Amino acid sequence: MIKKITNISDQGIICDFGEEVNKDINKKVISLFNYLKEKSNKDEIKGIYNIIPSYNKLVIHFDLEKNNSHKIKEIISCIDLKKLNITQSGKTWTIPICYDDEFALDLENLTKSLKLSKEEIIKTHLDTEFYVYMIGFMPGHPYMGDLDKKLFTSRLQSPRVEVPIGSVAIAEKFCIIYPYLSPGGWNIIGRTSVKLFDTKNFTNPCLFSPGDTIKFKKVNKSELK
Amino acid sequence: MEQSYFEVLRPGINSTFQDKGRFGVQYMGLAPGGAMDYQSFLLSNVLLNNDKNTGAIEFAYQGPLIKLVKGKTKVAITGNVFFKIYSQKGEINGEPYRTYDLNEGDQLDILATKASVYGYLSIEGGFKLDKFCGSVSSQPRAFIGPNGGKKIELKDKILIFKNSTNKENKIIRNIKFEEKKIFRVLPGPQFHYFSTASKKQFFSTPYLITKQTDRMGMRVIGKSLENLVNSNIPSEGIIKGAIQVPGDGNPIILLSDHPTTGGYPKVGSIISSDYDDLIQQNSNKKIYFQLVTLEAAEQEFLLYVEKIKKKITNIEKI
Repeated sequence: MIKKITNISDQGIICDFGEEVNKDINKKVISLFNYLKEKSNKDEIKGIYNIIPSYNKLVIHFDLEKNNSHKIKEIISCIDLKKLNITQSGKTWTIPICYDDEFALDLENLTKSLKLSKEEIIKTHLDTEFYVYMIGFMPGHPYMGDLDKKLFTSRLQSPRVEVPIGSVAIAEKFCIIYPYLSPGGWNIIGRTSVKLFDTKNFTNPCLFSPGDTIKFKKVNKSELK
Repeated sequence: MEQSYFEVLRPGINSTFQDKGRFGVQYMGLAPGGAMDYQSFLLSNVLLNNDKNTGAIEFAYQGPLIKLVKGKTKVAITGNVFFKIYSQKGEINGEPYRTYDLNEGDQLDILATKASVYGYLSIEGGFKLDKFCGSVSSQPRAFIGPNGGKKIELKDKILIFKNSTNKENKIIRNIKFEEKKIFRVLPGPQFHYFSTASKKQFFSTPYLITKQTDRMGMRVIGKSLENLVNSNIPSEGIIKGAIQVPGDGNPIILLSDHPTTGGYPKVGSIISSDYDDLIQQNSNKKIYFQLVTLEAAEQEFLLYVEKIKKKITNIEKI
């Protein structure tokens, strides 16, 4: 299942699960992530700074004073991935979204490039049950999939300098939500008011976890709080 | 007891609170952050007998001017830093890598870093700061850190955990600031994406550090790297020091406040022992990259750790 494990630094390795991006592969990544995280929390693997799951890769960042890549590669190669629990029960969320023109900055343009009406785009988006592949780039920022083929689109030719907080945007087969003001090149189709990362929540600041399921629910502007 | 504190009379260019960083939370999209130059940060705390992960003020180029409005404290400044202390006795030029006592009313003026970028100010017992996920490190873009993650601003009150009662001062003598031009690199996960000819140039010709450099990344300009495979990959986890190469072929070295994941191919990674020196290089400086083996990188890291230990053993009483 792991195609190869290589060093990406003297304090980091990457486990490569193959080229493809799909849920089955991602679930394997997450199961290894959960397993290693628990081992690290129990101090059964020393000196782990971070374990970072993504679509089809797992990066392990460690302290070279306490461990080394040789030992960690050995630990991983001894794990029987088939025996890890991959039926993790992710949470299911319903997220409010408002598709009004003032928020859906690219919806009009998408009607032309996708040759679909706004209503069709919105309906397809609302009908999609999204799977959270990973959280990355910025705190709380989810990468979700898979969109219906009808909505596949490339990124903007030139990225926006500043994307409003809470913008919901699509590109290729993925959908994201911007938790902070930031530059961004994805196609914005709506806005949500959900707080994705809460620094006042010390135990669980990040709303979503990889493996969670997300459905969007259309609301009026006044219902966005 | 009345709360002891500093008031900020000038914030400096990019002054933030930093410790070693925030770990175990990168899967939530939160980068470790932390002091850019870990070695200098660490020594500022060791000089004061602090816990080695006590939060310090990190400054870049021009540091802050602060006044001790209330209390008594001991400070240590590290890095190649020019600073002054104004007290009732007059004005003195400070030396980095030694401790000084500050009394009520004294001012500490961190004027500039010399031929370098970052410096650190620690105080005995530490500043009074709130932690988030185990760290006080500030990430202003994500509003994370003390005071909502904001950079240190004019008129801020910086609270002192406890007054100094220790009369002794300490120094590390003979700290050398050596000129460094060559930075060693390990191959990255997409090393094979780039043409042999352009990699040969990457490891033999100079690259200029541009002004588009901050705590997040360092953009360098030189011969561009030719990508033969794809200039976008599915986003994957990033560790500081990674050298990513976007479609235009110009490398960006990702630094402590890097995005947690990224979708550009990475040709290599600066080895850990060279990171502190790399981030101290000014813009407009020419640097070279040298490819090394993992064994060499690990060996260099041991030497780096040994060098720090040696500096710590060399701490003397004044």
